[in-house]
Amino acid sequence: MARVSLRVNGQSRVVDTDPTTPLLYVLRNDLSLQGPKFGCGLGQCGACTVIMDGNAVRSCTLPVTSAQNRAITTLEGLGTVARPHPLQRAFIAEQAAQCGMCMNGMILTAKVLLDRNPNPSAGQIKDALNGNLCRCASHLRVVRAVQRAARERGA
Amino acid sequence: MAPRSISRRELLKTTGGLLVGFNLFEPFLGLLAQGTPGSGTPLSNAGGLSADQLDSWIAIAQDGTVSVFTSKVDLGTGIGTALGQIVAEELDVPISKINMEIGDTTKSVDQGRTSASRTLERAGPQMRQAAAAARQELLKRASASLGAPVSQLTVMDGVVSVAGNSALVAEASAKAAKNISYATLVGGQRFDTKVAASGEQWDLKIAPEIKPKDPKDYKIVGTSVPRFDLPEKLTGAFTYAQEVRVPGMLHGRVVRPPVVNSRPIAVDEASVSSIPGVRVVQKGSFVGVVAETEWAAIRAARALKVTWSAPPTQFPAGPDAMYDYLQNTRSFSERVGAETGNVTGALAQAAKRFEATYRWPFQMHGMIGPSCAVADVQGDKATVWSGSQAPFITRNGVARLLGIREENVHFIYREGSGCFGRLEPDDAPEDAALMSQAVGRPVRVQWMREDEHGWEPKGPPQFITIRSGVDGQGNVTAWDYVERTLPWTDARLSPMLASRQTGIKPDENGFAIGGGDGIPYTFANRKAMAATIPWMMNPNPLRTGNLRAPYGQGRCFATESQMDEMAAAASSDPVEFRLRYLGDNKRAADVLRAAANKAGWQPRASRGSGGNGNIATGRGVAISGLAGTVVAQVADVEVDKSTGKVTVKKVTVAHDCGIIVNPDGLSNQIEGNVIQSVSRALMEEVDFNSAGVRNLNWNSYPIIRFREVPDVDVVLINQREMQPMGGGEASSIATAAAIANAVFDAVRVRLRQAPFTPERVLRGLRAGTV
Repeated sequence: MARVSLRVNGQSRVVDTDPTTPLLYVLRNDLSLQGPKFGCGLGQCGACTVIMDGNAVRSCTLPVTSAQNRAITTLEGLGTVARPHPLQRAFIAEQAAQCGMCMNGMILTAKVLLDRNPNPSAGQIKDALNGNLCRCASHLRVVRAVQRAARERGA
Repeated sequence: MAPRSISRRELLKTTGGLLVGFNLFEPFLGLLAQGTPGSGTPLSNAGGLSADQLDSWIAIAQDGTVSVFTSKVDLGTGIGTALGQIVAEELDVPISKINMEIGDTTKSVDQGRTSASRTLERAGPQMRQAAAAARQELLKRASASLGAPVSQLTVMDGVVSVAGNSALVAEASAKAAKNISYATLVGGQRFDTKVAASGEQWDLKIAPEIKPKDPKDYKIVGTSVPRFDLPEKLTGAFTYAQEVRVPGMLHGRVVRPPVVNSRPIAVDEASVSSIPGVRVVQKGSFVGVVAETEWAAIRAARALKVTWSAPPTQFPAGPDAMYDYLQNTRSFSERVGAETGNVTGALAQAAKRFEATYRWPFQMHGMIGPSCAVADVQGDKATVWSGSQAPFITRNGVARLLGIREENVHFIYREGSGCFGRLEPDDAPEDAALMSQAVGRPVRVQWMREDEHGWEPKGPPQFITIRSGVDGQGNVTAWDYVERTLPWTDARLSPMLASRQTGIKPDENGFAIGGGDGIPYTFANRKAMAATIPWMMNPNPLRTGNLRAPYGQGRCFATESQMDEMAAAASSDPVEFRLRYLGDNKRAADVLRAAANKAGWQPRASRGSGGNGNIATGRGVAISGLAGTVVAQVADVEVDKSTGKVTVKKVTVAHDCGIIVNPDGLSNQIEGNVIQSVSRALMEEVDFNSAGVRNLNWNSYPIIRFREVPDVDVVLINQREMQPMGGGEASSIATAAAIANAVFDAVRVRLRQAPFTPERVLRGLRAGTV
């Protein structure tokens, strides 16, 4: 066991954990955050995505010790039902989900994209999200939601 | 408003006990059930609340919130919102007042499993009539309170007013009460009102004598009410089955055998002794581990040394051998689903005959979030949380596994991943229950990715032969369809993995296929037959399961390819050719015309000459029907002649499922169906060897990605005078066929085997067909 210090959604958190534990399980089980999802544990699907120091990373394969002293943002860190982030608002407006299990990764990956490129083309959005899998196949709505968020942020 | 978990006691603040009517399950009634997947054969698995009590369906709180209780579950399709709309409409309450209480076996009537796209068709009228009965009762009480006859009352936003006769209004006004709210009438109290109820599950009829609202007057049904669940899902606030945590809970993982049907001979517990807090659970051939932390459970499951027996049986050596197995193995059932005229004679007399064989592979449901459940077994009682499509079937299976009474199992639905039939046999609750019983603590079981890919039930392969004939003018005179495939399973009768591993026997052969070809056409001489081939029903990685529109895609690929081939041989336009045989089927003809119009279809025969250079372009059409819903699709594709790669650019869909409850929700379903079906058509095939499944992750079982997603253009046809029918599966059926026909139009290659991989298309380009 090891004491690991984390900065999650702007708060400092300390957990006692097996240092080989992937960040995902610490977020979900120790910090009670349920935005990041377990999808594959292999870094293949994107459901577990978090933002770490401005990059979208797969928390299911990242040892928690590698996240020490980095700024981590989960889906909960963006907004709430009462006060959704503009991206979340755009996803709701476009009804861009079915089961929603993959949408954590979609929204956070899109946030990183928009932070770097505020006005992406549809092709750039698809490129950015190409590593995120969605089985209900809400892809077209996700693209529209990201475009809407970009549009409304620019407006 | 998202579903909240409130006890009925809290909702009603009642002091009386709940009226609960239980029927004990009668196991294995009618082992060889008749019918096809989703036939709704009423096997006795009744339970839950008594259907003839209004309180079993609807409760109105003091603040006017209308709680709606249903055992039909929302699998991410938006059905919770749609059913809420139906109730709000019938009751005349704002949609914001609806609170859906979904899938709790102590709070709902058993309405049967959520599958086969039958929820709006079957549960829609059940919920509508329950709401109509509540409205009638509320008006009766309002009449007494307001001193006006029911015929003079109107309702708006949950408030009953006296209308019409001004004298009555004046009289009511004089009593200082010209209106009264539902909340004032019954808020926080039980109705204690009987409603007529007959039948059970899908066939349950509630208050059929009450005339519901005229669809002309609908204000909420038919509008795109935003989904109740999405704000929570998109902010991380939604509690999925994967997020259920209970005090004292341990984390469990199942250790599956590496090869089919082998049993644990020795389990070396010392192999995990270095991982703190791990316990090994073994019962029959079930092996699992539990630990205090999830990571410890994962490590232990990987580290545990188990000596497995040599497998007593083996699969065919791979997908090709599987088709040989289907072709050459004696069937246990041959059923004729359609027969008219004299097919043999007509084939003999045909001016031109066509014979082709079509192959559709094993495919996966591929849930993004693997199976997960939490079980808390305490003595002879258990509480179970999961995303099962069938709360009462899961309850029954858990009870049988644990050897406790069915009514002592409390199943609570928490949505899981979009599952497309995978969670109708929901295995994880039994894994969790077995381990919880063994260790005396609540246990959460999360399947890993390789567990899900390896052991989820698979959509079965099909080997379909069609012989057809045309006369001198190219008109179809004979149609002979023979499908050879594997049995379907029924979660009501087929034990889950843990049950099977602990000795509960499955039916030996599974269930026979009904024998339909699914075509909407009328031919003078037609026969359709299905041969069902025996298959291992023991725990195995290639057990069969119902995958979205079961058997539908392979059937439509075969039949609509055959139609297209006959149209091309007659140099006929594929749309016009199909319309000839849709004489009495107006709705099918209408969706076909609607899709063609929207796609800008130019009448001509398929030609194989579109495009430039290496990129050939083509368009193809196909139509399908499922449980009353009719769909036509036009696919526009590009084929790279140098690589064989097929790119689907656009799919245009016309869809008629009766009256539409929520147009945007329906469109969402259709877009998802079509894109998922493009994925299945182009790239999905389970690979296996004699020991088990080889593609155990997303790299080896690829599914469609953003760059490959086509545009989807949807035309909704609303039949306001009809009942609602299913939108969850129907539009998945014709996509593969439309793509195959578009590939033929592009390059004159007739695809006979799915998926349409570049290798297969290239082979076809060299040989002329695949």
